[in-house]
Amino acid sequence: MVKLDAKIPQGPLAEKWTNYKAHQNLVNPANKRRLDIIVIGTGLAGASAAASFGELGFNVKAFGIHDSPRRAHSIAAQGGINAAKNYPNDGDSIYRLFYDTIKGGDYRSREANVYRLAEVSNNIIDQCVAQGVPFAREYGGLLDNRSFGGAQVSRTFYARGQTGQQLLLGAYSALSKEIAKGSVKMHTRSEILDFVLVDGRARGVITRDLISGKIERHSAHAVVLATGGYGNVFFLSTNAMASNGSAAWKAYKKGAFFGNPSFTQIHPTCIPVHGAYQSKLTLMSESLRNDGRIWVPKFKEDAEKIQKGQLKPTELGEDRRDYYLERRYPAFGNLVPRDVASRAAKERCDAGFGVGSTGLAVYLDFADAIKRLGKHVIEARYGNLFQMYEKIVDENPYETPMMIYPAVHYTMGGIWVDYELQTTIPGLFAAGEANFSDHGANRLGASALMQGLSDGYFVLPYTIQNYLADQIQVPRISTELPEFEQAEKEALSQIEKLLAVNGKETVDSFHRKLGLIMWDFVGMARNKEGLEKAIKDIQELRADFWKNVKVPGTNQMVNPELEKAIRVADYLELGELMARDALMRNESCGGHFREEYQTPEGEALRSDDVFNFVAAWEYKGENAEPAMHKEPLVFEFIEVKQRNYK
Amino acid sequence: MSLKYSSVTKKIVMSLAGLFLTSFLVVHLLINLLILFDPTRELFNEAAHFMATNPLIQTFQYVLFFGFILHIIFGLVLQIQNWMARPVRYEKKGSSEQSYFSKFMIHTGAIVFIFLIIHFANFFVKAKFGHVEALTYPSGATYEDLGMLVVNLFQDGAYVIFYVVAILLLGFHLDHGFQSAFQSLGLNHSRYTPFIKLFGTLFSVAITLGFISIPLVIYFS
Amino acid sequence: MDLTLKIWRQASAEGKGKFVNYQVQNISADASFLEMLDILNERLVVEGEDPVAFDHDCREGICGACSIYINGRPHGPDRGITTCQMHMRNFKDGETIVIEPWRAKPFPVIKDLMVDRSAFDAIIQAGGYVSVSTGGVPDANAIPIPKRKADEAMDAAACIGCGACVAACKNASAMLFVSAKVSQFALLPQGRLEARERVQKMVAKMDELGFGNCTNTYACEAECPKEISVSHIARMNREFLGAKLLSEK
Repeated sequence: MVKLDAKIPQGPLAEKWTNYKAHQNLVNPANKRRLDIIVIGTGLAGASAAASFGELGFNVKAFGIHDSPRRAHSIAAQGGINAAKNYPNDGDSIYRLFYDTIKGGDYRSREANVYRLAEVSNNIIDQCVAQGVPFAREYGGLLDNRSFGGAQVSRTFYARGQTGQQLLLGAYSALSKEIAKGSVKMHTRSEILDFVLVDGRARGVITRDLISGKIERHSAHAVVLATGGYGNVFFLSTNAMASNGSAAWKAYKKGAFFGNPSFTQIHPTCIPVHGAYQSKLTLMSESLRNDGRIWVPKFKEDAEKIQKGQLKPTELGEDRRDYYLERRYPAFGNLVPRDVASRAAKERCDAGFGVGSTGLAVYLDFADAIKRLGKHVIEARYGNLFQMYEKIVDENPYETPMMIYPAVHYTMGGIWVDYELQTTIPGLFAAGEANFSDHGANRLGASALMQGLSDGYFVLPYTIQNYLADQIQVPRISTELPEFEQAEKEALSQIEKLLAVNGKETVDSFHRKLGLIMWDFVGMARNKEGLEKAIKDIQELRADFWKNVKVPGTNQMVNPELEKAIRVADYLELGELMARDALMRNESCGGHFREEYQTPEGEALRSDDVFNFVAAWEYKGENAEPAMHKEPLVFEFIEVKQRNYK
Repeated sequence: MSLKYSSVTKKIVMSLAGLFLTSFLVVHLLINLLILFDPTRELFNEAAHFMATNPLIQTFQYVLFFGFILHIIFGLVLQIQNWMARPVRYEKKGSSEQSYFSKFMIHTGAIVFIFLIIHFANFFVKAKFGHVEALTYPSGATYEDLGMLVVNLFQDGAYVIFYVVAILLLGFHLDHGFQSAFQSLGLNHSRYTPFIKLFGTLFSVAITLGFISIPLVIYFS
Repeated sequence: MDLTLKIWRQASAEGKGKFVNYQVQNISADASFLEMLDILNERLVVEGEDPVAFDHDCREGICGACSIYINGRPHGPDRGITTCQMHMRNFKDGETIVIEPWRAKPFPVIKDLMVDRSAFDAIIQAGGYVSVSTGGVPDANAIPIPKRKADEAMDAAACIGCGACVAACKNASAMLFVSAKVSQFALLPQGRLEARERVQKMVAKMDELGFGNCTNTYACEAECPKEISVSHIARMNREFLGAKLLSEK
């Protein structure tokens, strides 16, 4: 049995990272030039890592599926980025950010990693300001902060409703600087088809040029996977259309363990589904919960009238409204963590109190805030979000409450990594949403940007050197090695197989079916029976896919259908692993809610004695069941408690 | 020569030359208007004489000529580059311009240029190289009667129409050009730009009406 | 609603394109424009035809990938939004919609409605950054910036790099895009240090790539999905003039 070694440094929590840096191996400048690093994905984590490697003097090859690194989906993060600066003097500290993150993740993440994340959070803000990121400021010229779900302090830095965009453009500018310098070679519109291992180490990738269809081989001394999350397995999610889990899945199939695949975040404030043709869901920033109050009708007959369009929400008096989050969680109110808010919305709608034509929506009401602060303040804070809502829904949220419903947003699960962000394949690192590391079973708002940039700017540039230090004798790896040839052949044969099916159904129709299975059985609330059914259904759907999918065109052209088919083929396997993981975990924690395991009040019920571990899944072959390895989570420095936001 | 300058430099030259040319327009108009206020044409002829003989003005004439050449050459180069920047045109043409006449600068510019040549032949060349009757006024001063030249030309209805149309196009050219020049020079300010735009429009209207009024008054009186 | 789509089809960068008419039926007014194209594409796939290629990704108006010229306007008839956010309620039942790719020499067509916008990356690489490396930077609050300036920098930084400004401009000029970046950094003390070199390098790269010249038509501002003001172009002109006049050899 494989023993998972998280390689957590010795010493007190607050000194671990310092100790690590003090004792790690480094590569001298002359040797850096001779070492190649491949970075896959150029979102926050990938772009910041690639730029930082380039600055250090490594020879970097970066790959992205978009026409430009600036399009990566990090760009869509709205609300902000957390840091323990304590500028507002409201009691924040590195420890508190660490503690909130562990608690928010429902005690399913690694102490040492999370502490390091909180520790470098401050450097991120400094770095981004130096890059010219226009964070919001106060009249005195200093940085402004706002509060976010799951925290009692204001520690979120933001740039209007476009924080992700501004941070990504900051990383993109750093990357552009390195591209101009020649230290980074950027390959846009390139998809990873497979990884190449030589003597058990990650030594390269096989890529497909999305314009010409050309299959290429690229080699390096180390490979970084920073391809984001796999939320699109649900078909409808807040992820971008091209966001996918294929590179991570290929890494898994080459021997990287997959950590906690079932941990999915369902975001509470998204625009509800409006039709069968819908291609994606739109997130409304969680920051809206700072000023908006969430409610549904108190009485079912009102809810029914509203669903039929016979009653308007504004006509309903205060006594006929149920502000259920404020009622259930008086201490945190509308600012409870995302998983709690999402589940509470689902509970109300399932009980028949939902609004909108489908009954699958709740209100997010700004009437009080507008009365208290004035319309201009609300407009200044959320103007762009309100405008976006109005464009999509065709209703004016200044006058009538917004309608929201939870949607798949983020995957806490991902490729298993140790403290150095190295996967179980030596030389393959995973960063950002692609790894499983820091958010446990639930991610707090404004922490994804923090983690992506922490990994890319401040963790990998150190830890990758510790790995590369003993690689300085290794000459540039030839792409003529049989391992490259073999990987390329396999990748090509997969594509040919897909094109050869020539069935009757489109890729999207399979993806939609998979999404429904996932949403119904591996979504916000899961149970044994449903998960077993999901595994069976996914297997059947997968078999059907390989018999009936229709992928038009050829490999030697711009072929978006082929790209989608490659990804959906992977989702059809990944979805099953997610269901297996959820079925294995007989407890409720964070975003993973098993209906069998809940408190009498309907809160998640953890089982710390049995499930206080990371499930790391190992691929065992095409038709074999994957093997699960446990990395026990040891909490040395904090007391594990039942989460309480009351 | 203008090819090696950057696009922004070219625009700055265009705007400086353009603004300089508008100053010429003002002087020209003020002198022309004299013809309406003095039936004996003495004021106009005196002013014309002054312009034709003052050494400073004579030197300035070359600067003016240079300004025209710059404005025209740079304008042409910019336009050709702009056409080249979109080798395949849209099937459905856009109309998002917020400064409406910006679309037609090359067209209005070209017609004004043709007008200018004819205008040059009619007045400048005749005044400078041709024979113009001299007139002695009661004050004792003797000037070439250029005013008569004007009055005679504006008896021709076709010419008046051509003149009026050309000046109208010049007005359109000015309406965009005036505020555009400030933008190109980087002079855009939330407080002053609305004023510049308004002033530019009023200025173009005034210049247009001023120039047009002369042939119309002469023709119909 | 039922619609006729007149779409530019071009098999590859080298291919000669042409317009092809398609009919789509029963489109919901609440569907987005791209969802309408999805419906068409799914039908084309089933019918064994080549689906229409177009760039798109986030579908929430921020990645800047979508780039379609609809009925004579980049991103279609509505103001201040991208194609992906534009909903079919902006069209009338029975309407014919003319759908074209961005047209500009530096944005060659790759396939159908997809164009190559790497020219924008090249401009950013020419100087659209502050030259700081990771680490060793001062505390974030060590650089106070007046709120008004920070806000204005943010207005400029909101650019999503979609290229609508180029597509809308009758001259295919990239001035709004370039000036948004120049202006963002010109307004911030972090960017001032390299301001003179930056503006000259970025303008030179823009010219070299074959974008047209700005003639202040302000179509870019009208069509920019983020409604970026042309005052940034003026600031860039000012910066450029200052840099040319004042920078040392």
